[in-house]
Amino acid sequence: MRYLTARKRAIGKGSAHTGTAHHWSMTMSAVALAFMVPTWVYIFGHALGQDYEVVRATFAHPFPAILTALILVIGMRHFAMGATMMIEDYTHGTMRKALIIFVISLTTVIAATGLYALIRIAL
Amino acid sequence: MVQFTLPKNSKIRTGKTWPKPDGKNVRKFHIYRWSPDDGENPRVDTYFLDMDKCGPMVLDALIKIKNEIDPTLTFRRSCREGICGSCAMNIGGINTLACIYGLDEVRGDVKIYPLPHMPVVKDLIPDLTHFYAQHASIMPWLETKTNRPAKEWRQSIEDRSKLDGLYECVMCASCSTSCPSYWWNSDKYLGPAALLHAYRWIIDSRDEATGERLDDLEDPFKLYRCHTIMNCTKTCPKGLNPAKAIAEIKKMMVERVV
Repeated sequence: MRYLTARKRAIGKGSAHTGTAHHWSMTMSAVALAFMVPTWVYIFGHALGQDYEVVRATFAHPFPAILTALILVIGMRHFAMGATMMIEDYTHGTMRKALIIFVISLTTVIAATGLYALIRIAL
Repeated sequence: MVQFTLPKNSKIRTGKTWPKPDGKNVRKFHIYRWSPDDGENPRVDTYFLDMDKCGPMVLDALIKIKNEIDPTLTFRRSCREGICGSCAMNIGGINTLACIYGLDEVRGDVKIYPLPHMPVVKDLIPDLTHFYAQHASIMPWLETKTNRPAKEWRQSIEDRSKLDGLYECVMCASCSTSCPSYWWNSDKYLGPAALLHAYRWIIDSRDEATGERLDDLEDPFKLYRCHTIMNCTKTCPKGLNPAKAIAEIKKMMVERVV
């Protein structure tokens, strides 16, 4: 039981004066991914089922390689930001902070692993 | 925070079934009941009404039940024409105003609950203290810094028309209590009603505190907890579009930085 006024509860700690950058970044990456992912799926679909050397040759070309790298970086960042928002929706306190750290770490590792594999294939 | 089960003392049990009247056009009503005085869990009582002797709206049925069957049934009502916003409740799964919601719009038995995810004062009456405080926090009044004119401030017809679809909100809380983001984070998220009102003052050509208002709203929770689910727009009994108002605030936020 805390003797707070309703107004004080409603105001809480006030505005964090942040959030627009996150919103704009998510909007930008969503638009970018809406074009990039279908293009990548088309390229990947063509390579799927081909010989090992043909697949290596496909991803050794600059356009597929750069596109894959961009999807790994932008996609994982988009995923991390979206997942962070979802975690903020559904959890509170220490669990919230721990899950956010986990998601950011996981997406960073996935992006780094993907980039390493891509470099091995492309170069 | 999200809760997947009700607390033990909030689990709803089957309540009393009241006698069925004679008549061919009898309809069944399931109504949520809870009193803070008896220490019991909430229950759902069953009532029957002869629709040939009842008015067309859900509020008519509630008043008839209270007057003729069970005087302990508690609910808010006042204007009975969708202006005061008092009789907002969940009818057949939809948050709306009982006074302007026709019984013919409800299929099958009529199920009436208080607005979701709000503390209940008694029966169909939710505690709207926090909701009203959030509305007050967005400063729902004209903020001016210019002293003149020291009388009525004029507004062009075009600027006045920007308030249409905003000023009609009666603060019934149907929208906010239909919003999952508001259910899980109402301690920080302002909810569609308060944000619609915030936009009403932001867009007012006479208001001189636009920057401060946007500053106050720029927060991951106060504003950006809106994920455009649009339950608010779907449920608004006045046909308003709080989701669009929130989107307009987000657009203004972006315009400030890009």
